[in-house]
Amino acid sequence: MKRPNFNFLALGKNIKDLFYFLGSLFHLGLENIFWIFHAPLKKNIILEQIEKTVIKSLPIVSLISLFIGIILALQTAVQMQRLGSEMYIASIVALSVVRELGPVITALIVAGRSGAAITAEIGSMLVTEQIDALKSLAVNPVHYLVVPRFLALSFMLPVLTLYANIIGIIGGYLICVYKLSISSTMYINITFEALRFKDLFSGLIKALFFGMIIALVSCLEGFRVEGGAEGVGKATRNSVVASFILIITADCIFTAIFYFVFP
Amino acid sequence: MILIDQITKSFNSKLVLDRLSLKIEKGETKVVIGRSGCGKSVLLKHLIGILKPDSGRIFIEDRDITELSEKELNPLRMNMAMVFQSSALFDSLTVSENVGFVLREHYHLTDQEILRAVKEALNLVELEGIEELMPHELSGGMKKRVAIARAVCMKPKIILYDEPTTGLDPITADSIINLIKNLHDRLKVTSVVVTHDMKTAFKIADRIAMLYEGKIIAEGIPQDIQNTDNPFVYQFIHGLSSGPITGINYD
Repeated sequence: MKRPNFNFLALGKNIKDLFYFLGSLFHLGLENIFWIFHAPLKKNIILEQIEKTVIKSLPIVSLISLFIGIILALQTAVQMQRLGSEMYIASIVALSVVRELGPVITALIVAGRSGAAITAEIGSMLVTEQIDALKSLAVNPVHYLVVPRFLALSFMLPVLTLYANIIGIIGGYLICVYKLSISSTMYINITFEALRFKDLFSGLIKALFFGMIIALVSCLEGFRVEGGAEGVGKATRNSVVASFILIITADCIFTAIFYFVFP
Repeated sequence: MILIDQITKSFNSKLVLDRLSLKIEKGETKVVIGRSGCGKSVLLKHLIGILKPDSGRIFIEDRDITELSEKELNPLRMNMAMVFQSSALFDSLTVSENVGFVLREHYHLTDQEILRAVKEALNLVELEGIEELMPHELSGGMKKRVAIARAVCMKPKIILYDEPTTGLDPITADSIINLIKNLHDRLKVTSVVVTHDMKTAFKIADRIAMLYEGKIIAEGIPQDIQNTDNPFVYQFIHGLSSGPITGINYD
């Protein structure tokens, strides 16, 4: 009889690893919250992390957000021109960017750029015994390393998302005003008419949670490094992949909540 | 006094420490020798509470540290310092910030007071004018000295050294050996040194213990170890490839 071409043992191990990862993430999250409220915050490290993870992401976020706005306007222009409703391009661009693309694209950029850097940094500290050195100096690694990164990313990702939203809308503006001959005033009016506070709020709430996901996943993967340079590389890759999957999963859940519970 | 009582430790079913017992008297320099990968560093990490044994107890000044939580361990760690094999200086901090790290984290001192303590610690290890350098700008020997300065800056009663001369050229290694000896004499600390370098061991040890297959198989003053009739110890201290210790250890 032909054996089934499916490795149940490998599947079982993958499922076990997934639950172990999620459990470790939850545990790190709880430990992180404990240290936020039980020890003084390291303001200078938080500021340093804001600069490293958020401020230095501004150029790439600007570039990609601008292109997203331009692409969105060009793609919808084709359909809207057929219907003779070009003026609605502004509202489509504004709603798509503010509710969905701004938070998700910004989070993916930060996960790929800053999350990977955090994993590599903590992983390198682990293999060079710097994490053990912290413990030997009576300093908790979660308090010293995770809390500042968690606070910097959680509270600054919404700010970065707000910035990405504005740049994305400017991208749409450039196409509509300079290519499709929609007046500047009309584009701005339609954009503001289309947007409600809830749209902005839902996008920024998503960004807050995406920031938490990126910080916890990237720190956890750093702490899970095994071996030397190869282990750091593997953990960095895992960190980016896990962050991407969790961001998209969380986005799906939040979108469903905002659609069904707060329509 | 440090008393290690029958500790056992395994990693992924590999037994590293097997009912190991050892006593370190207050103020003495105990050197633990053994092959690479035999568990010497694991033993040191147990003494500072980074690792917990699977069984057995470790007493430091009559307190069983295996029963203490992280929070309870921290005050004890303030009296101990560890110099890591790789120096383990924090990459993102300057030499000054590395040396004064523990003062900044745990004491309410002004910047001037911390800087004074940092300069004092750097003077002890015969380094000066390097406060603003980053760790990647230092040589191996300088890194080791800065790591020792970070350890003495907290004025510990116990200093643990993990392979202090590994990876250094013979002249630098000798200067580190002299430094450890001088610090021990000046600061009157208890020192535990793990090494596989016999020159280091014989030069700084008050007593030497040999770790083999998870157990202490011999212990005594340097002369006893040099004149040993234990074939395992004899083979190791003379660096012989033939003898009862077989197999190349790639750990």
